[in-house]
Amino acid sequence: MDHQPPKPTRVYYFGTCLVDLFFPDAGMAGIELLQSQGLTVVFPQGQSCCGQPAYNSGYRADALKVARAQLDLFPGGDPIVVPSGSCAGMMKKHWPDLFRGEPDEAKAVQVAGRVWELTQFLVHVLDVRLTDKGEPVRVTWHASCHAQREMGVVDEPKDLLRQLANVELVELKREKECCGFGGTFAVRHPEISAAMVGDKVADIEGTGAARVVSGDCGCLLNIGGALEAGAKAARGQHIAQFLKERIHGR
Amino acid sequence: MDANAPDFAAASRAALADPQLRGNFRRAMDGLMGKRAAQFADAGEWHGVRALAAAVRLRALAKLPELLEKLEENCTRNGITVHWAATTDDANAIALDILHRVDAKLVVKGKSMVTEEMHLNAVLESDGIEVLESDLGEYIVQLDGTMPSHIIMPAIHLNTKQIAHLFKRKLKDAESREDAAYLTDLARRVLRAKFQAADVGMSGVNAAVAETGTLCLIENEGNGRMCTTVPPVHIAFMGLEKVVEKLEDVPPVISLLPRSATGQPITTYVNMISGPRKDGEKDGPREVHLVILDNGRSGIYADPELRDTLRCIRCGACMNHCPVYTKVGGHAYEAPYPGPIGKILVPQIEGLEKRGAMPHACTMCNACVEICPVKIPIVEIMGRLRVEAVKPGGAVKDGGAKASRAERMVWSGWAAMNASPTAYRIATAAMSRLGNAAPSSLPMLKEWTNVRTKPRFAGRTLHDLARAKGIPDA
Repeated sequence: MDHQPPKPTRVYYFGTCLVDLFFPDAGMAGIELLQSQGLTVVFPQGQSCCGQPAYNSGYRADALKVARAQLDLFPGGDPIVVPSGSCAGMMKKHWPDLFRGEPDEAKAVQVAGRVWELTQFLVHVLDVRLTDKGEPVRVTWHASCHAQREMGVVDEPKDLLRQLANVELVELKREKECCGFGGTFAVRHPEISAAMVGDKVADIEGTGAARVVSGDCGCLLNIGGALEAGAKAARGQHIAQFLKERIHGR
Repeated sequence: MDANAPDFAAASRAALADPQLRGNFRRAMDGLMGKRAAQFADAGEWHGVRALAAAVRLRALAKLPELLEKLEENCTRNGITVHWAATTDDANAIALDILHRVDAKLVVKGKSMVTEEMHLNAVLESDGIEVLESDLGEYIVQLDGTMPSHIIMPAIHLNTKQIAHLFKRKLKDAESREDAAYLTDLARRVLRAKFQAADVGMSGVNAAVAETGTLCLIENEGNGRMCTTVPPVHIAFMGLEKVVEKLEDVPPVISLLPRSATGQPITTYVNMISGPRKDGEKDGPREVHLVILDNGRSGIYADPELRDTLRCIRCGACMNHCPVYTKVGGHAYEAPYPGPIGKILVPQIEGLEKRGAMPHACTMCNACVEICPVKIPIVEIMGRLRVEAVKPGGAVKDGGAKASRAERMVWSGWAAMNASPTAYRIATAAMSRLGNAAPSSLPMLKEWTNVRTKPRFAGRTLHDLARAKGIPDA
């Protein structure tokens, strides 16, 4: 595009607590994807969590305490890239509300304004072109609710998957429907959550995909865990790791 | 916990165990979502009409006290008697007064969720007054002795076969025929006789126009028109938020409502009720009453964030799109308003002691927010109610009713861990090393592993990997 803004040379990476504990390889893959585009990626070691678990549970003061501990880790104006639509949504959309009236509100708003979900950043800022070196595979895409509805990420991940010559993307029948994770919802209402993920698993099975790719680790813990427990053929994978494997041919 | 408090978890478990119910809802809601989407295929038109309807509702709420006074003034001028009810008891007493004065024995009703909120039918029946619901779906649930499972489609939880069985059991001369046309005709014959015999007709209100004193009522079956024109007395019930400023505010509301709800471009009937029969007129009721119910709404109105709850036009589209509602159905909520709007409205009306669990019956997926025709920030209000439920005092009835010292300590501990890089490093290192040894029988893990494998800690955190790979820290 003619009027593309200049690409940044340096970005911050906010890995998120779920990636940190359960999907660190996906987190690293995201960093490497950004590095492969010539960017310097900064991973502040002081980071922990965006505060969403407490925020959504009604404990706003605790959420504020945790969010505040992240604020000084991202000085300057470089973009902050997050391999999660849900955590990115918390930072971009909810931090301004969370910090309203606080002495560091302006800083929080400034940081929030620089937050990008990973695939959004790869497509809209870096305009990446991916070369597929992997074997032919059929996959489906699971859209996380917060990526779609808080970050507006709908087509970006699918556009990236469609760049891969040997990847056949079969969309879910009910792509927009929640998988039933919902943070503490999954344990507060385990039966409803189970029914929801059951419908999601059936939808995934219907595509015949070997993998369900997603950009959010909450969904992946839920869907991936249900696929495994049900001894289904498909497996869940984070999109960062999937893309990295494809461009490296393994 | 109050032993009489509704138990959503238990009720939803029962609903999930009923494959017929789950199938009925899945099919019906998939169909409704598709029909709605077809109505709004033109995204530009959707955004335009939605912005207009939201603005109509916002403006009405901004001037609510003034508009209500104007509504009363203009209704009164039109010959409509206006009654104010602070509580549902007051509203029921007003209704009973009118019924006693005209010595009513039989009441026919059009669909009204406010009267569900009032439990009016039970009140009338215990007073010896026969009351008959005339909306087909509502008639079915009344025959079945249950309550509406959806605010627009009260009997959506039942399929034709189940309705045929019900009619066979309850109506004399009913044949056992699973044929929607036959069943509708059967109900119509019962209802037709009752319309003609009824002493009083009752209805809800979709929008009350302040500048003209007009009550707007939309419906598909003509039963609303029958209830409001045939009996000699008509009593309309509305929540105080249903007022709009001008006549021109009505079209966006009555267009978006059916398009969002059932995917119809417009309802079959649009009734604009502007008063009782005038001298020389051949039909229409002799008396028209409007009962305006508060029941906690003025408290909701007083809070600028919670006030958005009152924008609702009761289309029910949030239910059709809610992944929780579509799994468990409306009855599991045990509330007049189920689904997303119910989860924010009912706790504010009935209080957080009784209804504090409702705002948690939600994954915060925002599907409802995406399609709400008047842009109610349902999930933000849900989050606010979760705060109010554990915070004593505050703006909502029974604030702090769900406060628990144990939960409070868990979140304090969580915050301490996540607000200090050192504590976080120690805690995540410990979890990474030891977490996988946690038995699946632990609380929370037990619920999780019912249908899922245990989440596996990776052993090394992203912090570890980034450090090992020399990723700069600043």
